[in-house]
Amino acid sequence: MMSVSEIKSIKELYGLDLIAPGHRACAGCGALVGVRQILLASKRPLIVVNATSCLEVTSTPYPQTMWKVPWVHLLFENAAAAASGIEAALKVLSRKYGRQEHYIIAFGGDGGTFDIGIQALSGALERGHRFLYVCYDNEAYMNTGIQRSGATPLGAATTTSPVGARIVGKQQQKKDLMEIVVAHKIPYAATASPSHWKDLVNKVRKAQSYDGPSFIHLIATCTRGWYFDPSESIKVARLAVETRYWPLYEVENGRYRITNPVPNPKPLEEFLKVQRRLSHLLLPENADLLEKLKAYVNERWERLNKLSTCFA
Amino acid sequence: MAEVEKIILPGGIIDRPGSTLDYKTGTWRVKKPVVDLNKCTGCLLCWIYCPEPAIRKRDDGKIEFDYDYCKGCGICSVECPTKAIKMEEE
Ligand code: SF4
Ligand code: SF4
Repeated sequence: MMSVSEIKSIKELYGLDLIAPGHRACAGCGALVGVRQILLASKRPLIVVNATSCLEVTSTPYPQTMWKVPWVHLLFENAAAAASGIEAALKVLSRKYGRQEHYIIAFGGDGGTFDIGIQALSGALERGHRFLYVCYDNEAYMNTGIQRSGATPLGAATTTSPVGARIVGKQQQKKDLMEIVVAHKIPYAATASPSHWKDLVNKVRKAQSYDGPSFIHLIATCTRGWYFDPSESIKVARLAVETRYWPLYEVENGRYRITNPVPNPKPLEEFLKVQRRLSHLLLPENADLLEKLKAYVNERWERLNKLSTCFA
Repeated sequence: MAEVEKIILPGGIIDRPGSTLDYKTGTWRVKKPVVDLNKCTGCLLCWIYCPEPAIRKRDDGKIEFDYDYCKGCGICSVECPTKAIKMEEE
């Protein structure tokens, strides 16, 4: 691993924006906060690849774009494949004309990563291309109207998993994407939250220091699909971390490490009650669903904790 | 060959980086953030959490808003540690 200089203060990032305002993301969009922070920290020159997603649609209302870097959008399913091709092309150009120093970040939403783009992602990780893939996860297909995805948590209300008299929200647990990614034995994979900006920006730096694929799984709070006041976007993301719903950890060359230990977690209810897609889990008649979700959160944390200790 | 070439779409090309600046999202705003400069310490936390970005650092290190683009989400007001930002009716 190359040496990575740690970003310690916000002031080091000021003036490094790679996006312009005027984009059409909803007021208070958590994804845009996270993506903006990632770009602030990113090494340059940078090329961005974008899967079909809220980010793609809101960032490039043709003929305008918020991006100040070369950016390409192809389809829902092939961001990782397109990034692979760009990396391979840069390699050839380097061979012919001398070193082309470029960094590549591919952004996909949860629909474009967990479900539709997972085959392309798996292929790119297995081939070992040098790029960072960021899945910004708002836990449903928000762009097309809040349909459930493989990333939607148990019990969450979406337009295709509504809360009814017989069936209460999504009936399956969230897919553990990080474990799928880690199984590819790539050098670096991490989870992140825009609420913990310092943790996030330093994970970006670390990811880009590796000569191979890296992955960041970013929580992206969504005011439209989760139903909370736009002003609370970062507060909700922070609650996800503080209740252990969204553990912040990294897997560096197979070694697990919790980067933000939460010794005194808040009750999961604190995270659920602030958003209407999940607040019905607090009703007495849904107690069994709440217990199942809590068990999922606790078991994942315990497992991560054990893995972190055994590598400490 | 010529016919095949004709049906290959070139895709959309945008040659002006950052051109969303043409569109003033400030018109979306219902409430606007107002900063009390006596309380602002210049920590820039509001800036790191603004989705647009619509916050600038002034020469004295404190902040100001870019009302052309601020959508009035209120994140900065919630996140400011000294409660220097109030949301006011337009
Ligand atoms: S968060 Fe508050 S104190 Fe910090 S720079 Fe912004 S307005 Fe000033
Ligand atoms: S109200 Fe929202 S858009 Fe406006 S400056 Fe604050 S964080 Fe940015």
